[in-house]
Amino acid sequence: MNHGLILPILLPMFIGCLLLFGARLSMPVKRSLSLSSTAVLVLLSFWLMWQADQGVLQVYALGNWQPPFGIILLLDRLSALLLVATTVLAFFALLYATRGDDERGRNFHALFQFQLMGLNGAFLTGDLFNLFVFFEILLIASYSLLLHGGGPDRVRAGLHYVILNLVGSALFLLAVGVLYGITGTLNMADMAVRVAAANADQAPLLGAAGLLLLVVFGLKAAFLPLYFWLPRAYASATAPVAALFAIMTKVGLYSILRVYTLIFGDDAGMLANMAQEWLWPLALLTIGLGVIGALAANSLHGLLAYLVVVSVGTLLAGIALGTPQALAAVLYYLLHSTWIAGGLFLLADLIARQRGEKATQLIQGPALQNPHLLGILFFVGAISVAGLPPLSGFIGKLLLLRAVEPGLQALFLWPVVLGGGLATLIALSRAGSTLFWRVGLSQLDSAELDRGRLLACIGLLLLSPLLVGLAAPLLAYVEATASQLLDLQLYRQILLPGGAS
Amino acid sequence: MEALFAVALGILTASGVYLLLRARTFPVVMGLTLISYAVNLFLFAMGRLQTGVTTVIGASAEYADPLPQALVLTAIVIGFAMTAFVVVLALRSVGEMKTDHVDGRESAR
Repeated sequence: MNHGLILPILLPMFIGCLLLFGARLSMPVKRSLSLSSTAVLVLLSFWLMWQADQGVLQVYALGNWQPPFGIILLLDRLSALLLVATTVLAFFALLYATRGDDERGRNFHALFQFQLMGLNGAFLTGDLFNLFVFFEILLIASYSLLLHGGGPDRVRAGLHYVILNLVGSALFLLAVGVLYGITGTLNMADMAVRVAAANADQAPLLGAAGLLLLVVFGLKAAFLPLYFWLPRAYASATAPVAALFAIMTKVGLYSILRVYTLIFGDDAGMLANMAQEWLWPLALLTIGLGVIGALAANSLHGLLAYLVVVSVGTLLAGIALGTPQALAAVLYYLLHSTWIAGGLFLLADLIARQRGEKATQLIQGPALQNPHLLGILFFVGAISVAGLPPLSGFIGKLLLLRAVEPGLQALFLWPVVLGGGLATLIALSRAGSTLFWRVGLSQLDSAELDRGRLLACIGLLLLSPLLVGLAAPLLAYVEATASQLLDLQLYRQILLPGGAS
Repeated sequence: MEALFAVALGILTASGVYLLLRARTFPVVMGLTLISYAVNLFLFAMGRLQTGVTTVIGASAEYADPLPQALVLTAIVIGFAMTAFVVVLALRSVGEMKTDHVDGRESAR
C-alpha cells in the first residue's frame, strides 16, 4: 500500500491546523509555512501523476479495511491529473496572495490549506459518501475564502452561494441515501457492479438518484439552469480566491466524469450512460448563454466569470460525447481552462489596482502605468482563452471538434463552439480596447506594479505556451486517461482481495 | 409505520422548501434546518425501518444496518456546522445591508 496517496490530504490538514492554532504567528512565518506546504504538494502531485502513469490503479484502504467494506482512496490517471491542476493553480494563487491580499482578513492561510485538503480529497476518494464529506470540507473553506476581505458585495454573493450549496448538499445526501438503500454499498466500484446487476424495479429509483446527483454536481460545475450564482460570486471574490475558484467548477465536472463513466457507465444496463442525453443540450445552451453573458458584462471580472461558464459548457459537451477522443480533449482543455482562467483573474486584479476607483469596470478610466506589459499579458490570455492559434485553447478546442463524428452532433457542436469562440474574442477585444486605449491622461501615482504579484500572474499565463510545448507527452497521458476511464473491468478488480496495489 | 414516516418526511420537506422560498434570511435558515431534518431522517430510513433487531450480522436472520446511522451522524455534524455558519453570515448580511432580504435589497412591489 502506497502511503503517498493520503499525503495530499494529510499535509494541508496538518499545516492548516498548525496555522489555525498559531493564528498569532507573525505573517512571514505563516506565509512561508503555507507556501512551502503548497510547493511540497505540487511536487507530490507530480510524483503521484508519474505513479498513476504506470497504468495500475492504486488503492489506499483506510484502516486497512478490505474494499468494499472500508473507505478507500483511489489513484488513477484522472485523479492524478486533477491533483496536478489543483496544486499548480493553488501555488501561483497563493504566491499572489502573499503579496498583501492575505492580510485583509484573519486565517487566510489556514482556510487556503483546508480548501486544498478538500479539493485533493475529493479527487482522491473512491467512496461516494466520502466524496460528500470532502465536498463539505472544500465548501466550508470556500465560503470563508469568498467572504475574505469583507464588504457588502461579498456578503451578498456569499449568502447566495452558501444557501444554494446547502440545498445542494441536502440533495447529495438524498441521492447517496437512495443509492445506499438499494445497492447496500458506498464504494464507487462496488456500486458500479451492483447497479449493473440491478433488476427492473430497482432501475427507476437508481435512475432518480443518479439524476439527483447530476443536479448536485451541476450546481458545483455551474452549467445551464444552475450557473446563476457563479458570475457574482467569482466577480466579487478577492483575486487569489477567484483564481483558486477556477478549479471549483472542475470538481463538479470531475464528479460527473467519475460517476457517469464508472457507476452509470457503459455497463449499467438500463441506466447505461443516462446522463449524457441530458448533458448534451445543456452543454450547448450553457456555452450560448455564457457567451451572451460575457458580451453583456460591464466589468472585466464579470466577463471572466462568464468565460468560466463558457469553458464549463465546452468541457461538458466533450463529456456528453463520451468517446475516448472527446474525453482526452476534455482533459487537455480542462488543464488549459483552469490555469488560464486563474491567470486572467490575477491579471484583472493587477489592472484594477492601476485604475483606482474604476477598478475593472469597462468604462473610461485613468491611464495604466504599465500599459505595454499588462497589455501583452492580456493579449496572451485573451488569445489563449478564445482558442486562437498558437496557444493551448486552440489545441483543446481543435481536439474537441475533431473528436466528433461528421453528422448531427457535429452540426450542433461546430457552430456553437466556433461561434462562442468568436463572440469571446469580440467581448475580450472590446474589454481590452476600453481598458488599455480608451484612457484619460491622468495616472494614479500610488499604484506601483508589485513584482511578486506580476510573477504569479505571468507564471500562470505562461503555462499556456508550456501546454503547447508539452502537448505530445500530455496528449499521450490524457488519451491513456480516457481509455483507462472507460475500462471498467480495471476498476472492478480493486474489489478483489489483492486486486490492486 | 412506513406511510407515517413518509408523510412526516414529505411535510418537513414541503415546509422547508416553502420557507426557503420566502427569501428572508431567517425563514431561509429555518427552511434549511427543516430540510436537513428531513434528509437525516431519510438517510436513517435507508437502513430499513425495523424495531427490536440486533445490529450484528449473523446473530439472527434479521439485523439492523448500522451504517446509515454512521452516515446520519456525519450528516448531522456537518449540517450543524453549516447552519451555524449561515446564521452568522445572515447576521452579518443584515448588518452590512440593512435588510434581511437575501438579495440585499427589498424587491420592488
